[in-house]
Amino acid sequence: MKKNILEIKDLSISLNGKKILNNISMEIWEGYVHAIVGPNGAGKSTLASTIMGLEGYRHYTGSIFFKEKDISKLSIDERARLGITFGWQEPARYEGLLVKDFLKAAAGNKNDDFIFEQLERVGLEPEEYAERAVDKTLSGGERKKVELASILVMDPDLVLLDEPDSGIDVATLDKIFEVIKEQKKKKRTIVLITHSLAVLEQADHAFLFCNGEILEKAVAKKIIPYFKDRCIPCKHKNIPDKEGVRLE
Amino acid sequence: MNNNDLTKELSQITETDDIFKQPDIAHVFIHQHKVIQSHLLPGLKVDVKEFEDHIVVNTIVEKNIKIDKPVHMCFGMLPEKGIQKMVIHNEIQENASASFLSHCAFPNAVDIQHIMDGTIKVGKNARFRYLEKHVHGLHGGVKVYPHTKIQLSEGARYYSEFELIKGRAGLIDIDYEAFCEKNSVLEMISRISGKEDDKIMIKETAHLMGERARGFLSSRVAATGNTRAEVYNKLTASAAYARGHIDCTEIIKDNAIVSAIPIVEVNHPKAHITHEAALGSVDSKQLQTLMARGLNEEDATDLIIKGLLS
Repeated sequence: MKKNILEIKDLSISLNGKKILNNISMEIWEGYVHAIVGPNGAGKSTLASTIMGLEGYRHYTGSIFFKEKDISKLSIDERARLGITFGWQEPARYEGLLVKDFLKAAAGNKNDDFIFEQLERVGLEPEEYAERAVDKTLSGGERKKVELASILVMDPDLVLLDEPDSGIDVATLDKIFEVIKEQKKKKRTIVLITHSLAVLEQADHAFLFCNGEILEKAVAKKIIPYFKDRCIPCKHKNIPDKEGVRLE
Repeated sequence: MNNNDLTKELSQITETDDIFKQPDIAHVFIHQHKVIQSHLLPGLKVDVKEFEDHIVVNTIVEKNIKIDKPVHMCFGMLPEKGIQKMVIHNEIQENASASFLSHCAFPNAVDIQHIMDGTIKVGKNARFRYLEKHVHGLHGGVKVYPHTKIQLSEGARYYSEFELIKGRAGLIDIDYEAFCEKNSVLEMISRISGKEDDKIMIKETAHLMGERARGFLSSRVAATGNTRAEVYNKLTASAAYARGHIDCTEIIKDNAIVSAIPIVEVNHPKAHITHEAALGSVDSKQLQTLMARGLNEEDATDLIIKGLLS
């Protein structure tokens, strides 16, 4: 029996006068890895930002329910305290803020041992990284791992990961995939925002987005061939097939 | 209060209690215009002249002397009102090496002025670190005027940090000017947080006069409430391969107003100076990332500022 952790009904949002999401309705099942997949400009990141309630994404029509609670009027931190979090495509840099302090900020009452375990889980040795600053001295991949560690430290119910493969090397991506698999085993819910086939392959279930609309939703295995054959080589970005989506 | 009581209280405030148990750590404690406690090491000379309205402190680290542990200088005043005027000359002679940690404590200030006119000479190939840490009261009733001229000889290295670690800034008026000879290296860093109606003025100048002289000026200011902060950083380069960089970051909140004026002046075709400045509110992505981990906006802002000033 699948249980919805997140329900979106008739969601529309415009940015700078342009409609980015058009009447989206979808359910995210608890304990599954979902992918929001589609070309650049399809509205994927806008959807994730709207769910998290980020600045600039607060004025929309429709409703978002998390664990059956309407979160439309809640601030980012209130949504986070309910159990939602967000991983940025390019994580923020913080001058002078140490990795250990950045992680502790997400930890609530969890102890240092737990915090450093999460750092190890993403492949960063606490002895080497805990006292370093989350700034430009870390590579893009290291910052991505530190951000992932902070998400693990928080241990939320729903993680929105925006383009988790962006700007990182293959080894770092493998580590991220490993963590996603671990989270799935722990029955955590993950939503991957992506236009990458490799990331889509990590998902159980996928929503295919194009031009601010959901073209199709299905188990990821069914979406993968269509995405690979039709969306990736597509020259008419964000113009859906006239004949619609035919899944095999 | 007698000298022992004053020393005890100042050391507690500046968290330096443990230095008295360590004979290899030199220290000088000055309350207003009087030395109340000192312990020196071979090669470290401190000559003091006490006057009613000021004090003159001449410190010399002798040629080739290396002092391993930081020398603690504590300059403070416990009363609520008064003036502390100091004339300080520090000389680190050729090939010497030392680190001074100055604790400036005015914990009860309601109307205190701390005026410091200083000179620092760092001799040929000598190394000197000067860290000035301020502890002020909660009411902002302190006016601090640290004005210092710094002379770096050939191959000298100088590093300084000015940091307000506790209490209100009040009025801080920093004016440092450095002259850097061939192959010398200078780094000056200021980190200050202003609240309510604090006023912060930072004026740091370095002249890279010798070949391959290098200079780095960095200012970090967090201004909240009605704080006014002005940062003037000036770097001049007049010799081949002189290299310099100015880096200023100021975060504002509430009704604070900040300004940064970097001045770079290059008059040698083989010299090179760069500058960068970032002024404004807390970065939105930084803030939202921490909020997405459950911190409210105020706690997230405080953490970002704490990092910036650390």
